[in-house]
Amino acid sequence: MASRLQALWGWFDSRMPTLGEQWRIHASEYYAPKNFNFWYFFGSLALLVLVIQILSGIFLTMNYKPDANLAFGSVEYIMRDVSGGWILRYIHSTGSSAFFVVVYLHMFRAMLYGSYHRPRELVWIFGVLIYLTLMGEAFFGYLLPWGQMSYWGAQVIVNLFGTVPFIGPDLALWIRGDYVVSDATLNRFFALHVIAFPLVLLGLVVAHLLALHDVGSNNPDGVEIKKLKGTDGRPLDGIPFHPYYTVKDLLGSVVFLAIFCAVMFFVPEMGGYFLEHNNFIPADPLKTPQHIAPVWYFTPYYSILRAVPPLFNSQFPGVLAMAIATIILLFLPWLDRSPVKSIRYRGVLYKSWLAAFVVVFVVLGYLGVKPTTVWGQFGFNAFFLDTKEVATWVARLCTVVYFLFFILMPWYTARDKVLPVPERVTA
Amino acid sequence: MRKIMLVILFVPLAAFAAEGGYRLDRSPHEPTDLTSLQAGARTFVNYCLGCHGAQYMRYNRLTELGLTEQQIRDNLLFSAEKVGETMKIAMDTKQGKQWFGVAPPDLSVVARSRGADWLYTYLRTFYRDPKTQTGWNNAVFENVAMPHALYLLQGERGFDPKERQFTELSKGTHSQVEYDMAVRDLVNFLVYVGEPAAQRRKAIGIAVLFVLLGLLFPLTYWLKKEYWKDVH
Repeated sequence: MASRLQALWGWFDSRMPTLGEQWRIHASEYYAPKNFNFWYFFGSLALLVLVIQILSGIFLTMNYKPDANLAFGSVEYIMRDVSGGWILRYIHSTGSSAFFVVVYLHMFRAMLYGSYHRPRELVWIFGVLIYLTLMGEAFFGYLLPWGQMSYWGAQVIVNLFGTVPFIGPDLALWIRGDYVVSDATLNRFFALHVIAFPLVLLGLVVAHLLALHDVGSNNPDGVEIKKLKGTDGRPLDGIPFHPYYTVKDLLGSVVFLAIFCAVMFFVPEMGGYFLEHNNFIPADPLKTPQHIAPVWYFTPYYSILRAVPPLFNSQFPGVLAMAIATIILLFLPWLDRSPVKSIRYRGVLYKSWLAAFVVVFVVLGYLGVKPTTVWGQFGFNAFFLDTKEVATWVARLCTVVYFLFFILMPWYTARDKVLPVPERVTA
Repeated sequence: MRKIMLVILFVPLAAFAAEGGYRLDRSPHEPTDLTSLQAGARTFVNYCLGCHGAQYMRYNRLTELGLTEQQIRDNLLFSAEKVGETMKIAMDTKQGKQWFGVAPPDLSVVARSRGADWLYTYLRTFYRDPKTQTGWNNAVFENVAMPHALYLLQGERGFDPKERQFTELSKGTHSQVEYDMAVRDLVNFLVYVGEPAAQRRKAIGIAVLFVLLGLLFPLTYWLKKEYWKDVH
């Protein structure tokens, strides 16, 4: 049996040596640092979720109808009459939130261990582009169930483009294909969601991985393992990705899937955060819901948008701030001037700023799902208070800290007292 | 156009006013209680299905509640001909609007948008109000267009919004406890209709978690440990 399989493989290998070569480059002879910790699971998990989303999405597409009159009903049809339909739908809806969970943790890992530093700038840039594409993908997909939140969420976001000076209204019209979000919008969002953005996403993921495997993975110590090689030419602190990390990631995947399935089978709505209650009301263009909030993964940026006061009666400054808040991530490799990569050898300055960044990101995220009245009003009046809502002012403070984290980074990373980095990885 | 867009942009800032109000009671419904679900189904087809449809729910699915197709045909099939049909109603949206001001919403997923607690409280807090068009009002949903469909059961009541106190005006066929139980059953049924697969979902979930945590986790843990022996 074994010799037959070997013969079969030999047949392929002699005709298409690329296959074996790629396997060696990316798996069996790709040397990854041996000291990966918990944080290093999320890259492979993101890939796993991507596969889950594509597969469940294909089957959902077989029964979903991108038509303003039929969309809402076709989702309920999937939930009730398609065999296994509810499983597919819950896999896909839980998967979209899970995608952002793992991607946020994956990005945070990069910030912890300086994985965006030279020579991994391109890996980081491709990663940020994946994140931005994923936001688009999620946004387009959210319109498809055609519930009230789908509809009004899309209305609000498309109107953001309408605030761009001069071309805004035409731009929003061009995106919608109509004067309001309508059947035309639903159709094009469907096209973008099921084919255009997934293709871009796949391409970027390939680029992300190729760029990573060219320069090699970073690690929790931020040590370049390629510097010290053994007589066989292999990094002393490296181990082949396959089988060591394939079996480790397999274990990680099982734990992840257990959490994923616990959510999907027992709390698929996640208290209204993964599937919003209002989205079980069919879209009604004539009835604006009292409180429109985007899904949780967009809320930090939504908070920034709401925090910035309008200028000349235009909300454009807020929109601009929101856009810059995401784009600024691209410049992280050049904003960070620290001589060390990993948080382990950084000084108190960077650690404090990173901690502050995490806190404001979470607070902004929390405030984004709540109405701005959530924390009541100030009891006093002052000339500079354009609004007395406490939450708005907290969001403003957080927005300022969010941007200062990036803007002051060249200064505080260069001045930070760092510890000496060891030659080899620890532990 | 620009103005409309600005208004829409600021909706989330200005919105959120009418929340709060009447405190919701916790719904005591029990999703595994088939007798309660059957009673709820009967109340639903008798009192709700005249105006509200459940257009995504098929009659013959109620076999899940322990009913036979013949029982469904004999007892529940008022507005359809075949047992495989969905719970649609004859009244269309236009007529509904004419008669009530707003068309009565479809109730297929109302338990998922409103929640069981809201429904349980709402259906028990109708009161007589001469100022409204229907002569009815509701403590949870102020100035609701819907009249009290179950008033023959509950009887008529008055309500003092300031004191939040109900007063009995006339007796219904049910005592207060019996009425609460009827509403509990109805809400139980609406929750079931909102997601008929919910009970199966949990059962399958337990099996899936067992496979993942009971079988695959030990297996992959051991595999990882074996391979990593030579690294540490």
